[in-house]
Formats: sequence, C-alpha cells, structure tokens
Amino acid sequence: MPIHSVASSRIVGRSSVIGARFMSSWWRSIEPAPKDPILGVTEAFLADQSPNKVNVGVGAYRDDNGRPVVLDCVREAERRIAGNEYMEYLPMGGSIKMVEESLKLAYGENSEFIKDNRIAAVQALSGTGACRLFAAFQQRFYPGSKIYLPIPTWSNHHNIWRDAGVPMKTFRYYHPETRGLDFAGLMDEIKSAPNGSFFLLHACAHNPTGVDPSEEQWREISSQFKLKGHFPFFDMAYQGFASGSTERDAKAIKIFLDDGHLVGLAQSYAKNMGLYGQRVGCLSLVCEDEKQAVSVKSQLQLLARPMYSSPPVHGARIVSTVLGDPELKKLWLKEVKVMADRIIGMRATLRECLEKRGSALSWQHITNQIGMFCYTGLTPEQVDRLTSEFHIYMTRNGRISMAGLNTGNVEYVADAIHEVTKSA
Amino acid sequence: MASAMLSITSPSTSASLSMHDSHKGKPHFGGSSLRFSKEKGNPFSSVRSSGRISMSLAVNISRFEGIPMAPPDPILGVSEAFRADSNEVKLNLGVGAYRTEDLQPYVLNVVKKAENLMLERGENKEYLPIEGLAAFNKATVELLLGADNPVIKQQRVATVQGLSGTGSLRLAAALIERYFPGAKVLISSPTWGNHKNIFNDARVPWSEYRYYDPKTVGLDFEGMIEDIKAAPEGSFVLLHGCAHNPTGIDPTPEQWEKIADVIQQKNHIPFFDVAYQGFASGSLDEDAASVRLFVARGMEVLVAQSYSKNLGLYAERIGAMNVVSSSPEAAARVKSQLKRLARPMYSNPPVHGARIVANVVGDPALFSEWKAEMEMMAGRIKNVRQKLFDSISSKDKSGKDWSFILKQIGMFSYTGLNKNQSDNMTNKWHVYMTKDGRISLAGLSLAKCEYLADAIIDSFHNVS
Repeated sequence: MPIHSVASSRIVGRSSVIGARFMSSWWRSIEPAPKDPILGVTEAFLADQSPNKVNVGVGAYRDDNGRPVVLDCVREAERRIAGNEYMEYLPMGGSIKMVEESLKLAYGENSEFIKDNRIAAVQALSGTGACRLFAAFQQRFYPGSKIYLPIPTWSNHHNIWRDAGVPMKTFRYYHPETRGLDFAGLMDEIKSAPNGSFFLLHACAHNPTGVDPSEEQWREISSQFKLKGHFPFFDMAYQGFASGSTERDAKAIKIFLDDGHLVGLAQSYAKNMGLYGQRVGCLSLVCEDEKQAVSVKSQLQLLARPMYSSPPVHGARIVSTVLGDPELKKLWLKEVKVMADRIIGMRATLRECLEKRGSALSWQHITNQIGMFCYTGLTPEQVDRLTSEFHIYMTRNGRISMAGLNTGNVEYVADAIHEVTKSA
Repeated sequence: MASAMLSITSPSTSASLSMHDSHKGKPHFGGSSLRFSKEKGNPFSSVRSSGRISMSLAVNISRFEGIPMAPPDPILGVSEAFRADSNEVKLNLGVGAYRTEDLQPYVLNVVKKAENLMLERGENKEYLPIEGLAAFNKATVELLLGADNPVIKQQRVATVQGLSGTGSLRLAAALIERYFPGAKVLISSPTWGNHKNIFNDARVPWSEYRYYDPKTVGLDFEGMIEDIKAAPEGSFVLLHGCAHNPTGIDPTPEQWEKIADVIQQKNHIPFFDVAYQGFASGSLDEDAASVRLFVARGMEVLVAQSYSKNLGLYAERIGAMNVVSSSPEAAARVKSQLKRLARPMYSNPPVHGARIVANVVGDPALFSEWKAEMEMMAGRIKNVRQKLFDSISSKDKSGKDWSFILKQIGMFSYTGLNKNQSDNMTNKWHVYMTKDGRISLAGLSLAKCEYLADAIIDSFHNVS
C-alpha cells in the first residue's frame, strides 16, 4: 500500500522502495536561476522604499510624470473592438491584417516586394518571439550556421540564439573611447567573417548603446555585405520611436533592399505602440518569389505550432485597427513623435545638467546617441554606487533608459552621475 | 560577360568580383561559367553543407531555395477544407472549438463583462513579469487544486503563466530537456497530435503507452498499466486530466488510483495536460479530481492548464504551467528556471487573457456566472451525445454497440471509423473530421444529429 507522506526529507538520491515513501524532490538538481539582468532591475526597484528612487532600467516609456502611457489611438482601438469579436484561434501565422499592415510600415506602402507577394511573414510574440522563431528557422534549415551579434547587444539576443541551438559569434560595434560607433572595426569584422554569415543588425536606436550608423555608413555596410554574401537579419524594435519618423527609422532596411539584399526582419510594437504586455510583433523574410514565400511561411508556422500553436489576438487586433484606419494611424504617428521628442529633449537636458555641474568628462554622446537608451560609459562599480547611494536603478553595463528621466528627476540623476564620476 | 566564379569552402580567399547591378531583384545563376566544386544541379544545396559559397554575384539568390512546403496541419487543415466546401449540408466536426446550437462561435457573457470592466478601469499595458500576472497565477492554481489545498498554503507549487496549453507544455518540455537529459515522456496512443511536435521540437524523446482499444472503443486499461510499468524508471507520464483528446475516454476514479500506484512504484513523474477543466462533466472540481488525487498522495506533479475552451479564450493564448514540488524551496528553484526558459522564447506572456481570467475567477458573482455558463456548454454537449446515440440506435439494426458515444466525455468522440471511412464521411456526406475518426461534438447541433447518424452508419457499414 502506498504510504502517504507530505513532508519531504533530504534523502540523497531517489529511493526505489516500492510503496513510494515520499522522498527528496525530483528537482534537487535544479539550481536557482540568476536574476535576469534587465527585468531583475525593476524587481529590485519595486522593492526599494526610498522616495527618491529612480528607475532608468527597463526600456518602457514613461511620460513626464513618470507614468506609463497608453496611447489614445490604442484606447480608441480597444473601445472599437471590445466585446465585438469572437476569440477563435487565429491561424498559425497570426492575424493576416496585422501582418499586412506591419509589412507596409516596414517595407513601405508601395513596396514591390509586397505587391509581388515575395515576403514570408507571420505574427510573432513581439520582438523576442520574432527573433526566436527566426533563430529556430535558422537552426533547422542552416544547421551549423552561426549568428553574429554586435558587441554589445540586448542581452536576451544571446539567450535566444543559444536556446535555439545556434552558436554565436560577436562583431565589434561600440567604441568605448568615443562612446560611438567603431566603424572601422565593424567593417573589418564584416570582411573577415566567412562568406554567407548570418548577422544581426539593429535597424535603428541600437540597444543598449543608442549608437547607430549614419546613412552613409549603412550604405557601406550594405555594399560589404553584398560582397560577402552575408545574410542581414534586422531587429527593429523602435520604428518611429528613434527619430520620430517611421520612414526615417526604417532607412537602413530600405538601403539594403535597394541593394538587392533579401533581408530578414523582426518587428515589435511593444514600444512604439506602447503594447508591451500584449506581445505583438512580426517576423518577415524577403524571398525570391511568391512560391518560395509560401513555402517559407509554411515552415515558420510549423515551428510556431509546437511553441504556442497560434499567437495571441488582442494586441494584433489593436495594431490592425490603428494602422488600418487612416485617422487612427495619423493619430498614432503624432503620438509616437511626442514620445520620441520627449526623449530627445531629455537627452539635451541631461547633458546640459552634467556640463553645468562642471563635469570634466565629455557628455556629448548623450545627445549623439538615439532612441530610448543611452550608454553612459559608467563602470559597473559606478552603477552600483548609483544604486546603493542614490537609489537609481539601471543595468550594470551603464545603460540608462532615457524614458525613465523626466523634468522632476533629471537634475537629481545628473547630480548623482556627476558624484560617482568626478573622480574618474 | 565577366565569368562568375564561385569558390567554395575557403573563407579567406573569396573571389573578388564586380557587382552586377542589372541583376537587382532577380536570382541569377549566370551561365556555364559558374563552377561548383561538388554538387551538380541546385548549386545552393551546397550552401547548407559548407555555408561558404562566395555570393559575390548572387546577392539576390535566396538562402531559402531548398526549403520545401510544409504539410498542412492535420487538425487546423480540416477547417480550411471545410471553408472551401460550398455544399449546404456541410458539417464541421474538426477542430475543438465550442459552437452554440446555431453552430456559431460563443463568447461567454462573463468574458464580455470582464472586458468591459477592464476597459472602464483603463489599465495600462506594461510588461508582465516573466512568470505572468500574479493575480492570474493565484487564481489558476486555486482553481486547479482547490483554494484550500495544503500544497498551496505550503507554497509548494511553482506556477508560471504560459501561452495556453501548447506554450505551457513547451515550457515543461524545455525544462525536462535541460534538467532530465535522456528522460522519456510517455504519451497515450493516441493523443493530441501536437504533443509529439512539442516534444520533438524540444528534443525530448517519447514513446507511447497503449490507451485506446478499438475493439471496445474504450480504454485498454491493462495495456496502459503494462506499458507504464515497462518504461524506464523516472519517466514522465503524460496524462489527460479529463476529457481525453482525441478519444473522449477517461479512466474511472478506481482506475486513476491504480495508475497512481504504478507511477509511484516506478518512480515516474506524472505530467497532466488539463485543457478541459469544467468542460467535461460541467463541474470544475469534478474535472480536477484526477490531478488532486495524485497531489493528495504527496507526489510531485507537472500540470499544464488551458483556458481556451472553458473560458472560450482560444485566441488569447492563456494557460499555465504548474509544478507541485516537495518543498517551497524546490518550487522557488523550479519557478526560476521556468522563467529562464521563457525569457528567450517570448520574454513575458501576453496580459489580456490573464486579466480576463483573473477578473472572472476573482469576482464571486462572475465566478458563479462562469460556472453556470460552463454547465450550459457541457450540458449542450451531453444532450448532443444523447441525441446522436438515440438517432444511431434507432436507425442501425446491425446490433452494434454504440453506447461508447454516451460513455465518452468532453468535446470529442472517437467514433472508431478508420481513415477510409472518415474520408467517406467527408467526400460523400460533407462531414469534416480528422482522419483518425475523431469528431468534435462541440460542432454538432441537435438539428444535425439525424444527418450525422446516417453518415456514420453508412460509413461504418458500407466502407472498409
């Protein structure tokens, strides 16, 4: 007869006594996972009781009062869709309408690739899901290939390709001395990588550095990619959010397309439409022709089915409602520009404050960099001081999320940064 | 014309060629001047083996040349075929999505109410934590195990919001792959088609245990016990908590006890897939009895949940992965690793469905209303089963025992029709179902029972 026992005991190994005396857990060998470096920052911030605390960790937009924002266009879209539609499963490839609108946004309304049905595209679980789906696709159809990731990059890129079973190499990108782009190093790496390598590129507003190539530099990168036959995979998480213009922010992609590259692209609506928690994005791969696009799409669906069967509908409906209605789309573009402008303004203010305090260091990079993040150049030790002495929460690579700054806290943060760097 | 020489495998000596801008946008193989070292035929099959082709000329040739068309999904493809059929009498008994008597999709009233509440409150759309919405996680584990279950009080359950049943299963599969390398998952024969895909893609080996007995159109209980006993110690045994998909055949409470016995004897880990809690019998508690039985024995259990059917939240992708552990400390460790697996899959789960569930379950009035709606849905299925049974019994004079229709439970029924007979159902009678003989009763109305009875009798007797 089985012996019932709820209490666990720390017996080493698994007992094979018949009757299942309750023994030590199956999960003995499972160690506690380290905290996620980015999301763990917010956890720590929430636990802090100080009234002065500032969260410049995770990249979620805040208004000037430090509050999360739901865009008006989004609220309106939700009003229209509430209670009206059934919640039947989306097809495995997701909302067709949302995907259509996403392609128009990224590739241009009049893109020949769209007209010719040459783009294999599926709805994805925001940027993360799009990258993961591509990584799984790369692993299945190019086993043995590697992914080249810039140094530095969003830390989750490493996790994604690793868990998908794709080995990783890095390429030089950020130049710590100038806090800008190491263009010579970058071109060098592109040239010396084996022909036909897979590269991950940030389309705009590089995360975490905020350092983007100029248009001219993008053209050179694209040419060199052509010579080497490399595959360009773009991660575009900030279209519209970087410069305030969706067209301008997609320029790098256009340059590559004009050059004849068949690109891959991960799009996210987390930031630019404020749909963070809805997990909505799109993965697209430009193919040679319609037939190939159909095949590739079918294979993407085959990968998605055992991951989550079909993607969540709510966020996708919001996106297609907003982008599909000219008035709402206009409103959205306006609201994105407001967010981008506030960030650009904060950059100027932070730099001004630091310079006013007589910092001997150069803070030019704050306004040279673009997008939500700023790579301050702070060392991990300096970051730790900011946290422990000033209750300012950020990731240890020195990255701050400009969205966490506002007129209410920017001077405090400038003071703190000056304090920990003045002896540097 | 400059010849286009492509060199293979030598990364450092790529031929330098001038670009041919005129070939923008078109695949270009050039003429006979192209040389490839080994492969004849499609030159880009060699891309996969060497990855080193110098693509100076061939910028526009796709990497995806060799990618074949994937087969249509055996379940979701049925609905596609149904939609394409223009015949008036057509009937879709394919995918398991609930339909009203008028064969319309159904959004539960409590869901509409919850959504309106959410809209009024104007909640924000910030990222959830990796493990999901706390209010949802609390509600879901209480629903599964009972709010006053000691294991909850003792904080021994690691619960992580997942992308419905599929996503939750995939998380568990990834956990097994990482921490139990080589361990096998035992799945029932048959089982939901996507189970195999999930374990295959997660690289977890699996084997089948006997389950369905075609002779009785019932459970092959002895075969099941034998196969579970024969598996290597420490295997994961995938069990359907209630309303087995695709057969509709569930073990009796006495049989569940014996299954638990043999799992304990063999030191296996029970792994429940609970996609129909409330939908099978109409009672949430009754449908969770199997899971609760195992937990009450002090076993460590994995449980995947889905709210696709019982709250009609199909497309919102809301579910959970629960791991009942022997201690709160083990639960904390397991939860942390589930999070670590989820982060590179999707970072954090979608909020909308989670909020709906939390609101419905968290509000006593809405919760009661939900229970009533679920009884109604489960009730409709039971009525339809009865009517179908009555129709077939009165029409079929062969003496065949059709009582399995009443004994089976939940949305699906394994009719016992083979592939040819199922094809006949579709080709002759325009009844759409999966090739394994499964029909979804959720797609059947009382009005169509007579028609379906005719179709089944014809297919069974006149087609081999």
